[in-house]
Amino acid sequence: MLLINCPYCGEREQEEFSCGGEAHIERPKNPPELSDDQWADYLFLRQNIKGLQFERWNHSFGCRKWFNVARNTATDEILAVYHIDEKPPQLESNDPITPCGEPKIGSGNFSTTKK
Amino acid sequence: MIKKPKKYSVFSLVRNALSYHENWQPAWRNPEIKKNYDAIIVGGGGHGLTTAYYLAKNHGIKNIAVIEKGWIGGGNTGRNTTIIRSNYLWDQSAALYEHALKLWEGMSQELNYNVMFSQRGVMNVAHNLHDVRELKRRWNANRLNDIDCEWLNTEQVKKFCPVINTSPNIRYPVLGATLQRRAGTARHDAVAWGYARGADAMGVDIIQNCEVTGINVSNGNVTGIETTKGTINSKKIGVVSAGHTSVIAKMAGIKLPLESRPLQALVSEPVKPVIDTVVMSNTIHAYVSQSDKGELVIGAGTDGYNSYTQRGGFNIVEDTIMAIVELFPIFSRMKMLRHWGGIVDICPDASPIISKTHINGLYFNCGWGTGGFKATPGSGWVFAHTIANDQPHALNAPFSINRFSSGELVDEHGAAAVAH
Repeated sequence: MLLINCPYCGEREQEEFSCGGEAHIERPKNPPELSDDQWADYLFLRQNIKGLQFERWNHSFGCRKWFNVARNTATDEILAVYHIDEKPPQLESNDPITPCGEPKIGSGNFSTTKK
Repeated sequence: MIKKPKKYSVFSLVRNALSYHENWQPAWRNPEIKKNYDAIIVGGGGHGLTTAYYLAKNHGIKNIAVIEKGWIGGGNTGRNTTIIRSNYLWDQSAALYEHALKLWEGMSQELNYNVMFSQRGVMNVAHNLHDVRELKRRWNANRLNDIDCEWLNTEQVKKFCPVINTSPNIRYPVLGATLQRRAGTARHDAVAWGYARGADAMGVDIIQNCEVTGINVSNGNVTGIETTKGTINSKKIGVVSAGHTSVIAKMAGIKLPLESRPLQALVSEPVKPVIDTVVMSNTIHAYVSQSDKGELVIGAGTDGYNSYTQRGGFNIVEDTIMAIVELFPIFSRMKMLRHWGGIVDICPDASPIISKTHINGLYFNCGWGTGGFKATPGSGWVFAHTIANDQPHALNAPFSINRFSSGELVDEHGAAAVAH
């Protein structure tokens, strides 16, 4: 289970949160002008990254506020937590060596409090 | 020239017993990689191997390589809870899964390999009025599609599976269940091994411990793949890499409507026969059956976030065990022996994608989410057809990637008996 550092409440167990999927997907300004493919891209297509992913979380059993998390999906390591309106931080993640290889550090349970 | 493998029979068993089982032949070769193939299958799981098998058997394309990053039977094929059924709600899914179920029924004979397919029945339990209505609707839909399905009331459920707790005083009482008697379980890794052996006998090269690192495309046509063992050329490439499909698709610049999540399962210590069917519950999300070794095989729901770690959160295990123990108080003191996770690729409509792409010769078979094992032979059958003819089989035409643009989704969320 992940330990997530809610920017409003502090570190809590993941069970209190719900994940809202990929972050920074902008709703198209003029939906009627979009082609079916563009609309499908907005609605359904996802990067589904193996490695550093920016995603939305909601502290649904706490303050009920939304925020963003930068997490390495290959290791579950949480690298940063930032506010919902902030731009994604510049981060170096421990990405897998080859595109679909396995990371060196394996998949542990990581805390968000980094030294 | 391919040497035909020796047929397994009671005589071969006796013959090998006389030499203390030390002279069994390997079930498939360990071939050198060739430079060119007529088709390459990326992913040596059940679906990839059946694709290669049916390409060779039904379509006469035998110069095939199956490229597997790990080893045969080490991915999701060896990580699922082995449940096989075809009681899906929508016509498109029902047709596809029923085709697969019919192939399961003849599989051991066809492959000369015992996959231990056991039609012990799958029971989907209803716990509230909504469940009862949904399951009865599905029961009727199944009957309209010529798929066997029965409705059991509480007493009949108790009679069919005596260890289930049918007390009306539990939090989620058993109000009834649907039963598909032709459904059941099979030995999951035997399925991979059996199809690997069958494909190999027809000349398919199974390359293990070989990772795909790139897909070569030239002028909109696929030309081959880059791997950790060098470049391999082919004009047809079928990608069947389950949880890692998005990773492979990215190599060809394709974005898919997939999210990869951990799905957990666990098995208990082995005990004497106690449950001779498969019990599934959507509402409390748990399913349980007993393996031939006597272990309870228990499946959970997916974890609620994307991850490629092949392990999930403990809270999911806890929820599942709570549900199992309430439904089966007799299991409350059993110890769990092993627990693992597999990475499943989930589509927004919980139906698979078996499709061509905008790149000529590049095909995807993915998005099976939490329920791909039951479809293994059917999936390979239609995907082989799609690759060989460059157009979908009637059964997988509704499962094209284009449905996300056209809006013609096959929405099996919840409708497929368990939530995905």
